[in-house]
Amino acid sequence: MIGLLIALAIMAVLALLLGAMLGFASVKLKVKADPLVDKIDALLPQTQCGQCSYPGCRPYATAIAVGEADINRCPPGGEDGIRKLAELLGVDYKPFDEGTAAQKPKSVALISEELCIGCTLCVQACPVDAILGAAKQMHTIIASECTGCELCIAPCPVDCISMVPVGTTLKNWKWDYPVIPIKPAPTKAA
Amino acid sequence: MSKLYTFHGGIELPENKQQSTGRPIGTPPLPARLCLPLSQNLGNPAKPCVAVGDRVLKGQRIAEADGTVSAALHAPTSGTVVEIAPRAFAHPSGLAETAIVIEADGRDEWQPRQGFPLWQSAEPAEVRRFLRDMGVVGLGGSMFPTSLKLASETLDTLVINGAECEPYISCDDLLMRERAADIVAGIAIVTRLMQPKQVLIGIEDNKSEAIAAMRAACMNTPYRVVAVPTKYPSGSAKQLIRVLTGIEIPHGMRYTDMGVQCFNVGTVYSVCRAVEHGEPVISRIVTLSGAVARPQNVEALLGTPVTELMAWAGLSPRNDGVILGGPMTGFRLSDLSVGITKSSNCLLGSSPKLFPPRPPAMPCIRCGECADACPAKLQPMDLFWFAKTKDFGKAQERNLFDCIECGACSYVCPSQLPLVDYYRFAKSEIWAAERDKKASDRARSRHEFRLFRIEREKIEKAQRLAERSTAAKAAPQTATTAGTNSHLTPSAEDKSAAIKAAMERAAALKATGKESPVMQSEEAKQAAIQAAMERAAARKAAREAAGETPLQPPSASDEAKKAAIQAAMERAAAQRAAQAAASVGLPETPAAPIVPNNVLDDAKKAAIQAAMARAAAKKAEREAAEVNQRSGAAPATNALDDAKKAAIKAAMERAAAKKAALDTADAAPPATDTSPAAPAAQPAAMDDAKRAAIKAAMERAAARKAARDAEQGRDTEQDKDS
Repeated sequence: MIGLLIALAIMAVLALLLGAMLGFASVKLKVKADPLVDKIDALLPQTQCGQCSYPGCRPYATAIAVGEADINRCPPGGEDGIRKLAELLGVDYKPFDEGTAAQKPKSVALISEELCIGCTLCVQACPVDAILGAAKQMHTIIASECTGCELCIAPCPVDCISMVPVGTTLKNWKWDYPVIPIKPAPTKAA
Repeated sequence: MSKLYTFHGGIELPENKQQSTGRPIGTPPLPARLCLPLSQNLGNPAKPCVAVGDRVLKGQRIAEADGTVSAALHAPTSGTVVEIAPRAFAHPSGLAETAIVIEADGRDEWQPRQGFPLWQSAEPAEVRRFLRDMGVVGLGGSMFPTSLKLASETLDTLVINGAECEPYISCDDLLMRERAADIVAGIAIVTRLMQPKQVLIGIEDNKSEAIAAMRAACMNTPYRVVAVPTKYPSGSAKQLIRVLTGIEIPHGMRYTDMGVQCFNVGTVYSVCRAVEHGEPVISRIVTLSGAVARPQNVEALLGTPVTELMAWAGLSPRNDGVILGGPMTGFRLSDLSVGITKSSNCLLGSSPKLFPPRPPAMPCIRCGECADACPAKLQPMDLFWFAKTKDFGKAQERNLFDCIECGACSYVCPSQLPLVDYYRFAKSEIWAAERDKKASDRARSRHEFRLFRIEREKIEKAQRLAERSTAAKAAPQTATTAGTNSHLTPSAEDKSAAIKAAMERAAALKATGKESPVMQSEEAKQAAIQAAMERAAARKAAREAAGETPLQPPSASDEAKKAAIQAAMERAAAQRAAQAAASVGLPETPAAPIVPNNVLDDAKKAAIQAAMARAAAKKAEREAAEVNQRSGAAPATNALDDAKKAAIKAAMERAAAKKAALDTADAAPPATDTSPAAPAAQPAAMDDAKRAAIKAAMERAAARKAARDAEQGRDTEQDKDS
């Protein structure tokens, strides 16, 4: 009987100790944010364009993490982006829905400076603060910071913003994938 | 004789150097035009400091370094700057790059040459600055600014690279043979700046004449000339350092971290020319070889077109292009008009006989030949597989970026795989991904900061409001004090005076606008700007009256209202004027009546309308001008053929479309103006601002559609014209 009680007491003490340790660890070593959201957010192109119907890349990442949104709603990320998301989340690749805007070549907005009336509507619309300007002053786009989200186009009352594709320069030129030309083998004369 | 080491791999190649070493360094005739690209290395392109039309002297600086890793450019001869524009550039991409084009005047007139005679006693930083201004860069191929390489503090060994291992190239060989004294003088300057413990000059043992010349020049110096075994690629800095010192540079480190620095013989030669003689880098030795009649080395001015050099060497008519650089690491030029740069060491006439096209590639058989040949101790077949399947992460794990792209693996591959092409592809893809990553990280942080800023502004606004409401509560008690009243009245008077002045100005403008229809558009614009300014003033006044003078709320809001009405009237006038200007053939449409119910909303709406009207006016004006031109030109030519008739008809149709657009734009505002009443009926419904925004968007869409229609009309008309 005593032996049994001793065993029970030992087990109880052990359980208490281990429980306290676990509780302490869960408080002390707590992971602050949802790491999955961060991981998904890191894969998104950060254009903040809202084409996914969420108000930015992070809200979309959160929606994916909780299973609210599909992984195929980010046109700027392209099919590559879907593949990466599928790999991260361990789900199947899912093509874009029909009617989804096609991936466009990277472009930046350009304000036609003689038409701009300085209304600041585009400044307010820009998700990355890449438009410089004040009321009644001509605005301009900081091209290096523009993500090409096109959110500034709709609010412009005078339609003075256009998207200009970023051309290939020496800085962003890439080597092509090696293509080995196929030629018919020379036939030997018999 | 010290011990020599050896590096892993490497290959033995047919040298083919004797063709071009038979003749001394030649001087080709002065070219008529020199084309100097501003982009030289990984850094920023140089910033031009001359303008088109300027006369420049030989050696005059024409572009300054822009940023640390950028190098200055100098005029290679005297002449006139005729162009600063994108020109074909010696780069595998074949992309154009901004270049300064100089038309030589044939006099080859030097500017006063100013060396740096006091380099022995001067601060190293001063000498470095001098070299930077002289445009001295690594002539071995990287074009990295020498002044930066000279800045490392502790140095054990200074290696001077005269190995020149690639076939056909002999420019360093000839330089050492003919100008050894200057090279040694350059080494002295570098040694003074860097204080190395030893100086080793590595030269491949197939250049016996160069070794002899250098040994003779180094007679009374501590510099040691070392003959290294001929093995490709011993001319690569890391491999030469390994051979001379036995130091192997670990992954992720640079040789400067190991206390070694390496300079090409051409670089130290140009250091000497700059410091001792005040000559910036304006020429370099170029090997002309391959399928040419007179292979030799020449001292060519920078910017000399490749065509002229190849013509001078007698490019074989059976050539199939020109290779810039050696047969292993060079690339075929897509445009032969490019000017040579500071790194162009060799031009090879290519012919199918000399450089037969690569046989078709076969599958990799995993023989391991490439791993045996790799001087960087990589596993080229693994890298090839990963690059081929675009598994760049794995390729990077296998140290893809330690690859020096020497081409030894491609050379030995029995399956004739273009291995280096795959590595280059993988490297540039990884770089592009890194660039994108950086850009998206920046976008993310900017977006997050924006959200934070908006939140902060909201909180600040709430705080201000709270403060103001408490102040307003406290105000009635203190309102009776005379001091605040006397303090407030002058500003109110000022404001009303300003508004009056503005009214007068607007009236005057209106009058002139009506009297002089010739200047209409200008005046309409001015009136619009004026109106906008006044509107802003009125709004500000209103805001101030509302916010800062809680003492007299009724009169203040009255004033604001008055100002708003005035502004609205002016706006209407401006709009009318704009439309009058716009409608050379259009009837004057009445401006939208504006009910000053909701002052701020109205002002905003009106601003948008005014902006639209202005934009439309501008467009219409442009088109009207076009019509005028056409109708004016038609009688003059007296050939009113069918096409022209059709054009006029189209123009008329366009005008009609425009009118329709204006009508729709004008029809909409009354509807908009009813919106302020709506919230009264439906207090829970959408607020004014939203409604107005939607309306505005609809109007915009309509206007845009009309504009597009009109544009299409113009396009078709243009088609007809052409």
